[in-house]
Amino acid sequence: MSDKKPKNRRDFIFTATAAAGAVGVGAAVWPLIDQMNPDASVKALASTEVDISSVKPGQSITVVWRGKPVFIKRRTQEEIDKARSVSLDELKHPEKDEDRVKNPEWLVMLGICTHLGCVPLSDKGEYDGWFCPCHGSHYDTSGRIRKGPAPINMEIPEYVFLNDNTIKIG
Amino acid sequence: MSDNHYIPKSKVGKWFNDRLPLLTLANHLTDYPTPKNLNYWWTFGGILTFCLITQIVTGLVLAMHYVADTKLAFASVEHIMRDVNYGWLIRYVHANGASMFFLAVYIHIFRSLFYGSYKSPREIIWILGIIIYLLMMAAAFMGYVLPWGQMSYWGATVITNLFSAIPFIGEGITTWLWGGFSVDNPTLTRFYALHYLIPFLILGLVVLHIWALHVPGNNNPVGIEIKKPSNDTVPFHPYIVIKDAFALLLFMIVFAFFVFYTPNILGHADNYIEANPLVTPAHIVPEWYLLPFYAILRSVPDKLMGVIAMFSAILILVALPWLDTSKVRSAVFRPLYKQFYWILVIDVLILGYVGAMPAEGLYLLVARVATAYYFIHFLVILPVLGLTEKTNAIPLSISEPVLAGSAMPTRNIKDKIEINLKSLG
Repeated sequence: MSDKKPKNRRDFIFTATAAAGAVGVGAAVWPLIDQMNPDASVKALASTEVDISSVKPGQSITVVWRGKPVFIKRRTQEEIDKARSVSLDELKHPEKDEDRVKNPEWLVMLGICTHLGCVPLSDKGEYDGWFCPCHGSHYDTSGRIRKGPAPINMEIPEYVFLNDNTIKIG
Repeated sequence: MSDNHYIPKSKVGKWFNDRLPLLTLANHLTDYPTPKNLNYWWTFGGILTFCLITQIVTGLVLAMHYVADTKLAFASVEHIMRDVNYGWLIRYVHANGASMFFLAVYIHIFRSLFYGSYKSPREIIWILGIIIYLLMMAAAFMGYVLPWGQMSYWGATVITNLFSAIPFIGEGITTWLWGGFSVDNPTLTRFYALHYLIPFLILGLVVLHIWALHVPGNNNPVGIEIKKPSNDTVPFHPYIVIKDAFALLLFMIVFAFFVFYTPNILGHADNYIEANPLVTPAHIVPEWYLLPFYAILRSVPDKLMGVIAMFSAILILVALPWLDTSKVRSAVFRPLYKQFYWILVIDVLILGYVGAMPAEGLYLLVARVATAYYFIHFLVILPVLGLTEKTNAIPLSISEPVLAGSAMPTRNIKDKIEINLKSLG
């Protein structure tokens, strides 16, 4: 080998070996990492149909979708008015109530506090919506964060009204 | 280090030692010169080793009866408690053993903080210790999930959700950790696998921790470098072995008190209710040993910043050997540091207390002040104090203050000479 180290065949072989090795290691490690992602049986439970015919105004039910609670709340006119009368400037995560519901009477949302994932209690808190007992987040009657550490409003899952009495979530 | 030229007396021993020098290692460990002034705060290394082995042995036995399945886990733990021979004892030792482990590790850590054991040349021992401590927290957290009670489930939900605070990739990481869209069976099985793995990682790190310790040798209450071996040291066996054994005995009395008289006081009643994904317990609290960090998490009103503050509170310890600028190790000779040290101890105890209380009103205010002080201690007080503090004169050797006829360290060289002259008569 010369002192000046010109690029020679050996350098090329080193680089090529290292590159091939890195690709090989990556290919071998990826399955070991990806096996921890949701598997086919978990993904298969992606949608749930719910009969809502027995829910009276003011009541709310909780159903399980993908292992998570979903709140289906039949809101009273008073609660709807309350949610709609709030100015967007007062909200930490500004969203209109109109954009969070398909039918104003029915609020369908993931019953999971966006702070650290607890299930908030309904008809509690300073805004008469939901209150998370874990770290004190208050949500209003539209499920929007109003006070406390949660960063965003409670999430609205994908859902459709199959007919007047049935909602399909997911 | 003691002599590397150890030659076994027996022929067989010599034959074996030439091929695998285990006897040389054993000889090093027995003769290992230890400062003669080590006090009882130094016995917690041995106690921690005992705790680790206890957890591994009881854990192995529990694993023979436990079933990691969301439908069976809770019942299998009750089965251990009611049906398995001595199952109640083994499980209570394991569950309380975790608390005892943390009790000992906190004393061990605060011992280092008081006597400056983390300072040069012992930084690597200290950093290895922090990694062990982090792994202990991971193991304890995952172990707490396994009984699949309400606190297990909701603790797992809250802690895994911490990762969702990371911008952009957070949600993906959380889903990946769960193996689903919420904490569920895949989460339980992987936590079980990792809970079984981590103690052995800790064991490996403990070997490195002790290896790194045996290079410079132990720090000591006076905090000065000593010649090894010299009349400032005693061999590890029998002097330190017997002292450690006595301290361990006292520790085991405390341990046994919890196991036999009040085995559930450190747990939560909610964890005897099977996990229910639809109902969050009214008051989620982690185990007592995580409370100070939980208080820091909750004291910050922003989700991401709260998570960052909590992890920083632990990781800041890694930088401690460089944040503390004082050349003097032991707080015995640092009158100001000694006071700040005790304020820090109280601060951490306060954080632990408010971590167990609801995050509102006065508790929240206290948590915020205590969190701020915690960081100020490490980031402001320690660097400034090291440069400005007027420290007391340190003795030249461990024997010196004793031989000079006073347990108190001598103030300055002139006094020392006078005392020495007097004692010469």
